[in-house]
Amino acid sequence: MDETDISFFKDGLRLDGRKADQLRPVKIEVGVLARADGSCYIEMGGNKVIAAVYGPREVHPRHLQEATRAIVRYRYNMASFSVEDRKRPGPDRRSQELSKVSREALEPVILTSFFPRSVIDVFVEVLQADAGTRTAGINAAAVALADAGIPMKSMISSCAAGKVADTIILDPMKEEDNFGQADLPIAMTPNGDITLLQMDGGLTPDEFQRAVEMAMKGARDIYELQRDALVKKYSQMVEQPGREEVHVCD
Amino acid sequence: MDRKVVVPGDLLSEDAKRSGEGTYVKNGSVYSLLYGLANFRDKINVIPLAGKYVPVPGDNVIGVVKDITFSNWIVDINSPYDGLLHISEFPKRIESEEMSKHLHIGSSIMTRVTDVDPTMKVELTLNDKKLGLIKAGQVIEISHTRVPRLIGKGGSMISMLKKEVNCNIFVGQNGRIWIHGGTEDMDLALKTITLIDREAHTNGLTDRIVDFLKTEKGARS
Repeated sequence: MDETDISFFKDGLRLDGRKADQLRPVKIEVGVLARADGSCYIEMGGNKVIAAVYGPREVHPRHLQEATRAIVRYRYNMASFSVEDRKRPGPDRRSQELSKVSREALEPVILTSFFPRSVIDVFVEVLQADAGTRTAGINAAAVALADAGIPMKSMISSCAAGKVADTIILDPMKEEDNFGQADLPIAMTPNGDITLLQMDGGLTPDEFQRAVEMAMKGARDIYELQRDALVKKYSQMVEQPGREEVHVCD
Repeated sequence: MDRKVVVPGDLLSEDAKRSGEGTYVKNGSVYSLLYGLANFRDKINVIPLAGKYVPVPGDNVIGVVKDITFSNWIVDINSPYDGLLHISEFPKRIESEEMSKHLHIGSSIMTRVTDVDPTMKVELTLNDKKLGLIKAGQVIEISHTRVPRLIGKGGSMISMLKKEVNCNIFVGQNGRIWIHGGTEDMDLALKTITLIDREAHTNGLTDRIVDFLKTEKGARS
């Protein structure tokens, strides 16, 4: 390729100093919202995302109700200040698509049959975007669902791979996503069942294979971080209990 | 007792027979369904740290009447599903027009779940002398996941508590608890239950509660 090669890699490292198969730093906090049944705040590189889970609870409007299982509603939303040029607030085609695919990434592991006629609401708010918000949103949502005590067959972890300057890379950041050749986000269970796989751009079958493998490895690493965050929340509860209060009713 | 924090999907055992509450079996192995504490005994049970109350027949619960229909009181039982208390389940025979005289919207009742059908229609009863309208005392709310701890093994914790604080206590499986007694006694009961709620997942809780009650009472007299 031409000069653009140089701008993506310097001495074999990426613009932010990462190796081709390295994740951005991840920070996960569990139970950040007192009013939600479960919540999670996640930072994946420049992405800052908060997820809240409510439910199972009564379905409104009533006609959406399913007699034999809980429905799952997932709302992905970008804050107007999450990107450089103000994002026009409200749902648009992109966020509707992401809401749908993210919901379908999580639904297979949730035991909806335990809660007939109810709804599990997942709200994902992107506070700051830096490529890969859907993967960050899914990771946060999975942790928030666990925090809400919702029965699941397993966790879900999500990660993207991409291609820039003819090289397969893990977890593309903004520049690599905007000017790269391909972006391939996946979501999966820790034992490797893929629940989401999208692709934007072009990859040869061989490149595709390698990209999927790389993204799966990234997702496994993220799973360990999700797990650690949940275990850490429990040990904090034991050490300094008292965050949860008892309500006196009238 | 062997206990461990687990997240959904964690492998708990290779022996399918040990699958208990909060677990599932796949390919002959036991996995966790929940984020919570796994208890490894004969059976492996996972106790969640959070979650909504799902009614089970036989549970005693505390509810608040939220609506009245032709022959049912609709009762909020702190769950995704409302309870239905039919007019015939009221201890004495009453007329449909007089339903709101006996239990009006906002009334708190101690009640029992008699039946839950597959569509999660929850039926309640008041036909037991332990059950009925709450006229005095306090109702407090804790997470329903802590209720087993408040009751203790074979009711050890709750009977100890009732005796020590000299209060009437009715524990609803839905996490609502009614206390009735002298003002000071109720305050102590409230404090103690708050402590149990907070430290529900620690070992040797009953002993600690006994000590706590001793020092609190010592401070009073």
